[in-house]
Amino acid sequence: MVGIVIVSHSYKVAEGIYDLAMQMAAENDHIIPAGGMEDRAIGTDAFKIMAAIEQADTGDGVAVLADLGSGIMSAEMAIEMLDGGDIKVRIADAPVLEGAISAAVASTSGASLDEVIEAAEEARTASKLS
Amino acid sequence: MASKIYDCIAQIGNRIIENKEFLTELDREIGDADHGINMARGFTEVLGVLDKDSEDIGALLKKTGMTLLSKVGGASGPLYGTAYMQAGKVCAGKTALTAEDGKAIFDAVIAGIQKRGKAVKGEKTMLDAIMPAYEAYTAAIDQGASIQDALDAMCKAAEDGVAFTKTIIATKGRASYLGERSIGHQDPGATSATITMEAIRDFVKG
Repeated sequence: MVGIVIVSHSYKVAEGIYDLAMQMAAENDHIIPAGGMEDRAIGTDAFKIMAAIEQADTGDGVAVLADLGSGIMSAEMAIEMLDGGDIKVRIADAPVLEGAISAAVASTSGASLDEVIEAAEEARTASKLS
Repeated sequence: MASKIYDCIAQIGNRIIENKEFLTELDREIGDADHGINMARGFTEVLGVLDKDSEDIGALLKKTGMTLLSKVGGASGPLYGTAYMQAGKVCAGKTALTAEDGKAIFDAVIAGIQKRGKAVKGEKTMLDAIMPAYEAYTAAIDQGASIQDALDAMCKAAEDGVAFTKTIIATKGRASYLGERSIGHQDPGATSATITMEAIRDFVKG
């Protein structure tokens, strides 16, 4: 099963998105929130994200959903620091909340990493009012 | 007695920490009001974890980068973390630096920040201070100027770069949400980069 890491500047946001995603993917225990700093202050921490990716991986790869600015930069650094390992990791170009829920549903249904990323990225263009 | 490289990093860290309120205030105007707080938190940690006696410039710069990466939190964590780690790679195994090493450090730092932030000059970022500073430093060294004069030229160009950031719209980072309202405000990242370069100049000049 493809793992999912939820990155936010806010510990609470990442935990909250995790709670919402788990409603749709109760049997999936490879969704890992990585929000905030070590002390839960606002910010992102590449080392925390790296540990979350390692925890989320089952061998099928990991999809990372991230919020603003440094969320992406810290996720990229985490992936670079894992370099040399054999975990397949991709960052989804998607809104973190909607993307995480789509990714969780896809992952739980047994989709591949590319399919999970595609599902997350579809959330970017999905209209909410039609 | 602490090594020179430790003293240099400590000078940078102390200047950043002294400017915590100023940098945060700049970031309050066009960002998320945390730049000074984040950078001060990072450098407070750096000053605590570095081996004061080590003369291994590459190792100390790398440790500085890793620490900033994990403790800063905002965009400046990965950006400054990358910058110090790239500088550390250039200085691997070195215990002294030449004017030419300075150029190589600049090259690596700029390439690292550009890759990480996907930014170019003119987007109201730290690159608007660092890239003109690099050009001024390199031109001075190539013309045979002393290291002191080259560092003065570097700082002057960095300050001009910060002034330039007041005149342009932010298209990267949190300030880009403000669009035209970002005009008239100097970029906090360009400012902290300039404080860094001034601390290095003042350290070298003694």
